[in-house]
Amino acid sequence: MTEQPLEIKDLYVGYRTYRGTSKVLDGVHLTVNAGERVGIIGESGCGKTTTMKTILRILPTNAVIQKGEVYFGGKDVLTIGKNELNELRRKHIAMISQDPTAALNPVFNIETQLIDIIKYSEAHKGKKTEEFKAKCVRILKEVALPDPERVLDSYPFQLSGGMKQRVCIAMALATPRHLLIADEPTTNLDVTIQDQVLRLIKDIVEKRKLSVILISQALGSVKGFVDEVYVMYAGNTVEVADTKELFSNPLHPYTKGLLDSTPKLTGGGFSEGIKGRVPDYINPPSGCRFHPRCNYILSRCEKEKPPFIYVDGNHGVACWLYCKK
Amino acid sequence: MTMEEAEKILVVQNLKKYFKTTFGTVKAVDDISFDVRFGETLGLVGESGSGKSTTGYLTMGIYTPTAGKILFKGQDVSVHALKRPKHIKKDMSMVFQDPASSLNPSKTIGDIVGLPLKIHGMVNSSSEFIEKVAELLETVELPPERFMHRRPGDLGGGEKQAVAIARAIATSPSFVVLDEPTSALDVSIQAKIIKILMKLQQELKLSYLFITHDLSLMRNVASRVAIMYLAKIYEYAPARLFFHNPLHPYTKMLLSSVPVLTDEEEALKPRDVKSTGEVSSAINPPPGCRFHPRCPFATNICKVKEPEFVLTEPGHYVACHLYTEKS
Repeated sequence: MTEQPLEIKDLYVGYRTYRGTSKVLDGVHLTVNAGERVGIIGESGCGKTTTMKTILRILPTNAVIQKGEVYFGGKDVLTIGKNELNELRRKHIAMISQDPTAALNPVFNIETQLIDIIKYSEAHKGKKTEEFKAKCVRILKEVALPDPERVLDSYPFQLSGGMKQRVCIAMALATPRHLLIADEPTTNLDVTIQDQVLRLIKDIVEKRKLSVILISQALGSVKGFVDEVYVMYAGNTVEVADTKELFSNPLHPYTKGLLDSTPKLTGGGFSEGIKGRVPDYINPPSGCRFHPRCNYILSRCEKEKPPFIYVDGNHGVACWLYCKK
Repeated sequence: MTMEEAEKILVVQNLKKYFKTTFGTVKAVDDISFDVRFGETLGLVGESGSGKSTTGYLTMGIYTPTAGKILFKGQDVSVHALKRPKHIKKDMSMVFQDPASSLNPSKTIGDIVGLPLKIHGMVNSSSEFIEKVAELLETVELPPERFMHRRPGDLGGGEKQAVAIARAIATSPSFVVLDEPTSALDVSIQAKIIKILMKLQQELKLSYLFITHDLSLMRNVASRVAIMYLAKIYEYAPARLFFHNPLHPYTKMLLSSVPVLTDEEEALKPRDVKSTGEVSSAINPPPGCRFHPRCPFATNICKVKEPEFVLTEPGHYVACHLYTEKS
């Protein structure tokens, strides 16, 4: 393994639609070092999931990767052949998706689906099928599912949301991996179950020393989990900082707005929120894509896209407010 | 009507709603009582399946209660909406969770917002209709000239929810049920919708029944909070006491599970309860206290006897055996 398991450089991805190409990703960059936990926050429709799908090359057929490089372990994922790609998905990267109901196949029971994953992974080549079942039970126990034998015999619809998400986690972690992508793993779950699932992922990740990308809209759950946070807005990486730094000293107007809009448990009312909404990607705003919603707008924001600059050590931001002339 | 009743706009007494399914009877709401005072926001919190939306639907008369009473301004309205007098229906309205499915996609925004006006005969001419609708759209901060003739499909989630709010206040009601009005929206949009709702409450002297699963949001909007778990209310308190002195173990579990941003919030979270287990089945709820399988303090009595409500401090009710002996 190289020092940087994952590096995304200047990624542009669009989707072909009947109205024209929607330019969703507009220069995303992301680096995940070995053993590092990275969080991505942003509103729905800002390209978080598209970025993750690009890493695994599981984008829908109407997606176009216009430009960019995605390096994993020194190889560009976007140019490797089919065999290497299969190996990448099988051995290196695991993903937990947002909706466990959609991620599990409704016509097979959990055992069949779990055994498939184990069978085709490298680590278990040549082993007997009977051994797999014992392994399944062990994995389900690891994700704190009570009565694993019964769960193995069940079909997805017989399990609750929290249990299904645990099964998905079990699947992602059934075989040794290097990078775990958790795409809003708790969005569809209740608060108390959210807490349990996040703690579970955290425990397993710590035990296995995995690199993680955690995507979430809930800023609070990112805060307690990751080392570094990327803020995305409309297909751009707008801010990067260490978790503590980002939450105590946000720079980009979007990050500030997002933090202000989050209701606090201590009360104290609400901020104004952020005016407007995420732009139309077919005709995105010129210059900085955030400028129609920004309260600190400068004249050049409309014309030029701000470069991504590091202002203070690891704290980077893409905003003209922080560019010295 | 006594003095105390006079200040309550909605009183719910021993309300029950059972649904018959092929798997057995689901007790969606099982013997709950609460009240909403004039001009206040009562928050109803609970996880999915706890019966909070059913409670909202029951108050609006979308379902007929199996048992129990709903009194609105002193009048018994515990029947289906079809049987309620028109002036009562005009006085109550509701905002639904998902604006994408609660607005008719083939109608224009003007028609959607104006429909209640037509039904209740509040407008006489088409010019008056347009004028009224424009006024309503302005109160929810949507420029009428830009929105009047568009359709829901052209709007963003936040704008759609604003339209739903405009429709809800069209007949100038005094009581509005808000069923998770912002859970389908992004946080930056949520803040704006909540601002509008709070402003309207001030201006129009509205009383809200605010249903949500988001405790941080609840802290900022509600004056009193009722917490539901498996069809029952387990704690009922003024918002400040509820968050600073939570008593029921389930309340503590919920609070400790909320992801927070600042250290002050972290300090507010109870330390002695961690989230474990899952919500039990509503068809076969556990006997005794329904929370006992997940409760770290459960004793033998919890498994057999249902806890009664006790008053621990002014306005603060809790149904838990931990507090029964002390009172």
